[in-house]
Amino acid sequence: MSFLTIVYALLFYVATALLVVGLASKIRQYAKTPAPLKIPTTPAPVTRSGVVMRMFRELVFFESLFKSNKWIWIFGWMFHYGMFLVLARHLRYFTDPVWTWVDLIQPFGMYAAFAMSAGLLGLWARRILVDRVRYISALSDHLMLALLFAIAGTGLMMDYVVHTDIVAVKEFFRGLMYFSWKPIPEDPVLLVHLGLVALLMIIFPISKLLHAPGVFFSPTRNQVDNPREQRHLAPWAAELEKNRS
Amino acid sequence: MADFDIPELKEFPVVPHIQEGTMAHSKPFVSKEQFQEPLGFPGELVDNWQEVAYDKMEELTGKYRSLAVFLDSCVKCGACTDKCHYYLGTSDPKNMPVARQDLFRKVYRRRFTFAGKYFPKLVGAVDLTEDVLNDWYSYFHQCSQCRRCSVYCPYGIDTAEISMAAREVMDEIGVGQKYCNEIIAKVYKIGNNLGLPQPALADTLEGLEEDIEDDTGVTVRLPLDVKGADVLVVTPSADFFAEPHVDGLMGYAKVFHEAGISWTLSSHASEAANFGMFIGSYENMRKVSLRIREAALDLGVKRIIFGECGHAWRVAYSFLNTLAGPFDFLDPKYPVPMHIMEFTHDLIQRDALTLDKSANDDMVLTYHDSCNVARASRMGPKPGGQFVLPREVIKASCNHFYDMPQDTIHEATFCCGGGGGLLTDDLMELRVKGALPRMEALKHVVETHGVTHMAAICAICKSQFAKVLPYYGFQMDSIVSVHQLVSNAIVLGNKQ
Repeated sequence: MSFLTIVYALLFYVATALLVVGLASKIRQYAKTPAPLKIPTTPAPVTRSGVVMRMFRELVFFESLFKSNKWIWIFGWMFHYGMFLVLARHLRYFTDPVWTWVDLIQPFGMYAAFAMSAGLLGLWARRILVDRVRYISALSDHLMLALLFAIAGTGLMMDYVVHTDIVAVKEFFRGLMYFSWKPIPEDPVLLVHLGLVALLMIIFPISKLLHAPGVFFSPTRNQVDNPREQRHLAPWAAELEKNRS
Repeated sequence: MADFDIPELKEFPVVPHIQEGTMAHSKPFVSKEQFQEPLGFPGELVDNWQEVAYDKMEELTGKYRSLAVFLDSCVKCGACTDKCHYYLGTSDPKNMPVARQDLFRKVYRRRFTFAGKYFPKLVGAVDLTEDVLNDWYSYFHQCSQCRRCSVYCPYGIDTAEISMAAREVMDEIGVGQKYCNEIIAKVYKIGNNLGLPQPALADTLEGLEEDIEDDTGVTVRLPLDVKGADVLVVTPSADFFAEPHVDGLMGYAKVFHEAGISWTLSSHASEAANFGMFIGSYENMRKVSLRIREAALDLGVKRIIFGECGHAWRVAYSFLNTLAGPFDFLDPKYPVPMHIMEFTHDLIQRDALTLDKSANDDMVLTYHDSCNVARASRMGPKPGGQFVLPREVIKASCNHFYDMPQDTIHEATFCCGGGGGLLTDDLMELRVKGALPRMEALKHVVETHGVTHMAAICAICKSQFAKVLPYYGFQMDSIVSVHQLVSNAIVLGNKQ
């Protein structure tokens, strides 16, 4: 077992643990924190199923962003749904036999990688060129784009420039899943790609990537507009009522 | 007429380039001990203010899911950066919603997140220094809590929630805002924002009854503290005091008269507005709200109806049931509370009012959607009723009505520039500049449709416009109440 294999094996165990535990604790925090007042941004749905539809439009079409700014919307949508397809395509490295639908999307996943990269470059261009967005960008905002672009770029390189032994890659990850380690191919581009992915997993729960779980808990989007029909009372607010007439 | 530059009204709205620090000098007067103490806040800056502030921030992120989620979720995409009327009017980048939030967020990060604790420079995290506190005081009093940014944010982040939290933290360390806190103290002592005691109210209402009788020959009552009335009307105290507000109040009275429904005002709850929301204080907002419950119980009414008031309607519609409910002692046939617009609209639908539209033929009207009615409440059973009902009431009362451009009305409406506790003379520059987007939209319909008057259903909007319209070359009396139009058009004594 090579030193690199041990390093990367441990790295992915640690990264996965941090991602899962970090996200779980954040989701637990959001779920446990009460929303004491009804604050949906109106007009808002008046039924629970209406809210499900609103959240669906928000997640799938980025409805609010579409209303706001068509450039951010198109770049953001290309990036997110490009990445979604690319991630789905990567399931072939973890499943054996490969699921049929994962097989079917393989060709689309290739275009998606380009769409994802183009979206990232568009967002980055805005961050640099639009004075308002430049003003609100911290160093971390640029580095986040750099990280994602580097992951996409190294991934594309392995498809078009320097191939790696993807059968061995799959064996390495299957080995991690079943705790019987297999050697990792020692190609520099692959090692960079995987190292950056592990980094992304580690910083996910401590960065602005928390918008992913956050959007599900946003009271302005997920609340039903029915305050007159149903009394809404947080536990800490109910405490205040104990001495009331 | 002003010691600052009044923005120029352009043909088409333009998003300005940023100019740092243009509004850093804008600060409302700081509250004094006598206004802090009745609200339960220290009278001056406490010694260990940083620690107290951090503790309060931790408490608030544990009590409000909105705050916890919003502080973590922003990705700095920039979607909100051109949405705030104060940014559009001042070009100050700290008036971009995300930058305003970041004033709070960067302290939260430094103190409460891994990245901010160990890599502060990387993520732009800072401690709560005196400079940062100065920025907080300045820029969290340049947000009218209008929620326009929250419409456009992909995660629904509402800067109002952050502004409220920041103001609550500042109150907690003894740095309150005089305007809001003085007013809340007045409500506790006297019952309304203007400090009108019961005898003054009775006198005013009697005067209005005489005015209506002189004008129409019909005796229309404006009852005060009448036990056993069917309806308790809670309206902003501005309605007792100044044009065009009082014209609206006379409109409500005439509508009740025609409907033949007994009603009363209350001197105990003689204020619809609830400034507790502006300072983000649940406890104070609750205390103000409970006065309405007490009045309803004391007078033995069956229904509660709110007058024309924007932020008040948010607190009434969205929060009153939470803060002062349950209202199981009222008639369950009606929503609690109702808006006067819902009441009048229903009567018009049932053909129970006779309205002579030609009485308003001297005006060509447009309608200003008040921010908190538009984006934080509803009227009627359907989403968006808050846009439909007032327009239908206006159209039933006049012959000439034109809407302002689509991207300035309904959920995209611009704040008047004076909401959220900023309607004070010490913030005049901010108020004038913040009105710019609405003034541009108004100019558009003035030029294309010959609009002469703008109707609104919010006491703050009406006061703010009466003050700032002249800065832009409009007449101060071109702002009218919606029930003023109803009052002009209504034919008394026609229906049984």
